[in-house]
Amino acid sequence: MNQLGFPILSLITYLPLVGAFLVATLGGDGEKSACMARRIALVFSLIVLALGVFLWTQFNPGIAGYQFVEVMPWLSGISVEYRMGVDGISLFLILLTLALTPIAILASHGIKTRARSFFAAMLLLETMTVGMFAATDFVLFYVFFEAVLLPMYLIIGVWGGEKRVYAAVKFFLFTLAGSLFMLLAVVWVWRNLGTTNMAVIAHANIPPSAQTWLFLAFLAAFGVKAAVWPLHTWLPDAYGEAPVPGTIMLAAVLSKMGAYGFLRFAIPMLPNASAMFEPLMFVLGVVAVIYISYVALAQTDMKRMIAYSSVAHMGVIIIGLFTFTVEGIEGALFQMLSHGIVIAGLFICGGVLTARGQSLTLRNLGGLARNMPVFAAALMLFTLANMGLPGTSGFIGEILVIVGALKVNFWVSLLGGAGMVLGVTYSLVLVRAVLFEKYARPDLTGLKDLTGREYAMLLPLAVLVMWLGVYPSSFTHAFDAPIAALVQAHTAALNPHTAIAMVTAQ
Amino acid sequence: MTDFYPLLPALFLGIGGMGLLLAGLAKANATQPVTLSAITLLIAAAFLTVTAPDAVLFGGLLKTSLFTRYADTLIYLGAIAALILSLDYNKREGIARFEYPILVLFAVLGMIVMISAADMMSLYIGFELQSLALYICAALARDSVRSTEAGLKYFVLGALASGLLLYGISLVYGFAGTTNFAALGGVFRQGAGLGTVVGVVFVLIGLAFKISAAPFHMWAPDVYEGAPSSVTALFATAPKTAALALFLSVMAGPFAHLTGQWEMLIQILAVLSMIIGALAAIGQSNIKRLLAYSSVGHMGYALMGLVTGTVAGIQASLIYIAIYVVMSAGAFACVIAMRRNGQAVERISDLAGLAGEHPGFAFAFAVFMWSMAGIPPLGGFFAKLVVFYTAFNAGYDALTIIGIITSVIGAFYYLRVIKVMYFDKGRPQFDKTSAGAGFVMAVGAFAVIVFVAVPGPLMAVAGAAAKALMG
Repeated sequence: MNQLGFPILSLITYLPLVGAFLVATLGGDGEKSACMARRIALVFSLIVLALGVFLWTQFNPGIAGYQFVEVMPWLSGISVEYRMGVDGISLFLILLTLALTPIAILASHGIKTRARSFFAAMLLLETMTVGMFAATDFVLFYVFFEAVLLPMYLIIGVWGGEKRVYAAVKFFLFTLAGSLFMLLAVVWVWRNLGTTNMAVIAHANIPPSAQTWLFLAFLAAFGVKAAVWPLHTWLPDAYGEAPVPGTIMLAAVLSKMGAYGFLRFAIPMLPNASAMFEPLMFVLGVVAVIYISYVALAQTDMKRMIAYSSVAHMGVIIIGLFTFTVEGIEGALFQMLSHGIVIAGLFICGGVLTARGQSLTLRNLGGLARNMPVFAAALMLFTLANMGLPGTSGFIGEILVIVGALKVNFWVSLLGGAGMVLGVTYSLVLVRAVLFEKYARPDLTGLKDLTGREYAMLLPLAVLVMWLGVYPSSFTHAFDAPIAALVQAHTAALNPHTAIAMVTAQ
Repeated sequence: MTDFYPLLPALFLGIGGMGLLLAGLAKANATQPVTLSAITLLIAAAFLTVTAPDAVLFGGLLKTSLFTRYADTLIYLGAIAALILSLDYNKREGIARFEYPILVLFAVLGMIVMISAADMMSLYIGFELQSLALYICAALARDSVRSTEAGLKYFVLGALASGLLLYGISLVYGFAGTTNFAALGGVFRQGAGLGTVVGVVFVLIGLAFKISAAPFHMWAPDVYEGAPSSVTALFATAPKTAALALFLSVMAGPFAHLTGQWEMLIQILAVLSMIIGALAAIGQSNIKRLLAYSSVGHMGYALMGLVTGTVAGIQASLIYIAIYVVMSAGAFACVIAMRRNGQAVERISDLAGLAGEHPGFAFAFAVFMWSMAGIPPLGGFFAKLVVFYTAFNAGYDALTIIGIITSVIGAFYYLRVIKVMYFDKGRPQFDKTSAGAGFVMAVGAFAVIVFVAVPGPLMAVAGAAAKALMG
């Protein structure tokens, strides 16, 4: 079956499902059952996190292809198999999901109504997301990719803020419309290539004319999910209205699904179209970085400001992916991890204030550094990481992307870098408005510093931010093999002659 | 004896139905036991059907194969679910007449006869038997204006459909000189003249009426809304399956060689059904009308498989209809459970806040709605996926794209039902859900959810059934 002798990926994927079932069938109502549900959910998410760390220790970073492969018959009549596997690209995205779910569950302290359903939905979300990253069959991938919508729709719509219904429906319809284009791509690939095995279709020879259409379909599906400008309009609403744990999962994990899709499908499968659309993607990325940074600067609400900063960072990731250089793609992947952790930290900081009964309107905040020093330090750290200060995780990703872009196009590199300066601006505005200046209102003086539970959420994230920033190679060395293979295959597909030359030179 | 065996289910239902009629007359207040006996009879008939061998009966009037057994089983399933739902509902509505389960038995008898038909005459007899029984069912609540109106509407339009069908059959007979399916197939191998084609078109329209494919769907919303919910639950499952199976067996049987003539028509039916199913349902505020339009759309998707005219296409249609029956039965179980202060309520807005009060009920309803919208990982998604895949595979790109677009539009109104249940504030204060409705809901939701894990068996059986039909 695989090198471990037991289906570890399926185990990681479906254990939360068992937890969700347990939580959902738990008897009782009110405070006590809510507490019980939270504990069960936490335990299950920690168990799968432990399994995930075990997976990491067993992972061989030297191999470019899928490891821990599982194959089972599934839709047997129409030649679709159940395939799971993990490589250097998906490994850390799975770990990111596994690490953030328990934190998001800890952040769900404020959920009192229908708590059992909430925690069941959170665990369901974990199953769907991990399954999506671990699937190596296109149909299976699509199933998980779409299924993520169901729990998220409920999480936003039931437990969200004032405009939750509008935000939930917008989120659902936007993503559904986008992913149905992907369904078309799925059936096209299925018919014309005769298989949906992702390891095979990644290297299939697709005629360039068809590549264009497929790329547009992928752009619709993954662009909406990754909130690429101008397909991002659902995002501020969804981030703003979702409850804090929902926002954490959306911003930290779900937004990576789109970028992952580009990296997994669009770039290896469609080399010609990717190269053709490279300028367009660069423009979209640069516009996102610069324009959305200005939009973020104009926000008056902390949550929405962070949401827009997230869109700007997605621009950086898109630029990195479409440089087709090892540095650029590694930078993008690293930025995906870093952004996931940092944005989760920022939203938790927002949640800390919400839990103390504060609105997140910037005008009503200020001066919090005085009696919440630890909170201030945490918010400061995540903000600095968000703007890419050296020594934090944000720096590594951004510098790699800039270097990668520089190899391809000076202007993209320059403009992308300029956007990062703008990132500094809104980050500093945010910090100043929340932590420094005078107290906006007298009741802010009474706020208490972090509680133990909040330490438990923020400390691991802070450690991760520093770890990624100081010793990035414990992560990047797993990227090297698959991304080098990806870039090589891309170059080879574009100029067949060079490929032959490279082979003969070896 | 071996020749006799495939006939047993039909005999069982016919004789059993008449026996129950006598028993019901002899004893007052016999509705509950009669219904339970009818359910038992249906289960026994299902068992007999499943174990029966292939056969050609009555000199080629009837022909059973795996295809007919597959469709029969689905019909039994739908009828059993509808009868379970009627147990409590009809009592509470004051329409608990013992004739109802017996009428259902006769309708089912008609359906299995028409599906097994290998001759236009036996087809028509079965068709009329089921139709007449169902007209009466629609008007079961005879003191209610809406129900009587539904019955009358159903009768008038149904009679029109029967007339068209019969006229078509007579044309086909006149030009081909036979009513036997096998012989017709032989005649049409050499092509067909204009008169025959007109006949085929009439037959096709008659059948389209019965599955309520657009543009012949006008009766469905009114009948669905007017008929008592337990009867609507029956209409949405068993007769739909029967009519669709008949559609498949006629088109892929005697008219198989005329693909060039009818393929375009089926495409038009499929496209119109999908579009009307998606657009017309958006404005509905009555849940039964919404489900009526949704079923129009579902028939469009199911017909997409037939368009291809291949074994894979028929298989896709058969998978679709099986999952559709389960989703429909489940959704109507939810509709039947919508009662407040002893009154049935049918507006979508009545569901507001359901998730807070009855989480299980709301969850099951949401599962059916999502499944009908075709969101993975639920069964409805795989039904759509298989249909899209086979249509696209056979080169019907435009049809597939229309199907995908209409399913996004359709998702909007299914989503609205979920939105009302989960997001809107309210207190539905529904009465306690009856055991029967709860059972159908739970089994249906379970089947729809679990299909993703074990799709193999159904797909394999549907494939073998499609092969049996196409020979």
